[in-house]
Amino acid sequence: MKVHIKYFASIREDVGCGAESLDTDASTVAALRDELVARGGGYAESLARGRAVRVAINQTLCDESAALLEGAEVAFFPPVTGG
Amino acid sequence: MHKIQRVSIQPGDFDVALEIAALREGDHRVGAVCSFIGTVRDRNQTRTDPAGSVQSMELEHYPGMTEKAIEAMIDDAHLRFDIFGARVIHRIGLLQPPDQIVLVAVTSAHRGESFKACEFLMDYLKTQAPFWKKEQTATGAKWVDARVSDDAALARWGIQSSNA
Repeated sequence: MKVHIKYFASIREDVGCGAESLDTDASTVAALRDELVARGGGYAESLARGRAVRVAINQTLCDESAALLEGAEVAFFPPVTGG
Repeated sequence: MHKIQRVSIQPGDFDVALEIAALREGDHRVGAVCSFIGTVRDRNQTRTDPAGSVQSMELEHYPGMTEKAIEAMIDDAHLRFDIFGARVIHRIGLLQPPDQIVLVAVTSAHRGESFKACEFLMDYLKTQAPFWKKEQTATGAKWVDARVSDDAALARWGIQSSNA
């Protein structure tokens, strides 16, 4: 299915872009993250298992077991530090 | 009583007196107003950094989600506490000491509810609102780390948080 990915903060810097769209066979956020890590480089560096990564689907925080939806906006970002 | 905008995400500064006046306007039920302002400090969190001084701070956010998330937090505050209104302003972009960063203001009939709601909204915002701070110091730029103590603060309100 097609998903629209957004990256923020240090993850955006490591990956080298703020957004991309892709066709994926992944059915969960976790599987999508693994697919991105497999690309190596900045993706592996910032999204590897063990790195603290927070996720949102369609602008709502979720955990990685969440199912992907066709056309969903999926965001990967570091722990938040606002306020 | 007119409806005011509850959440603003903006680069520009805010005036707490004007915001409180707008929040209170025409509502004579209000007996208490509680407000919190967060500001940019000139010391960063790294005690090992000899320079330790913050020259500027860049605030990034997730347009769309930021507003939505804070609106939901205010809705939650209305469910938990007997409050009349709430206003949250959070700045974005390049800031420096001693700039204001965030305002949380709440009105209620009596002080207990607005004190609690104000603290609740700050604890919630610190752990779940999608902002990220990058500090520029004499030794270079560094993304601020999230704190476990902020998750602990939110847990006091019965909300599980594993941000940091």
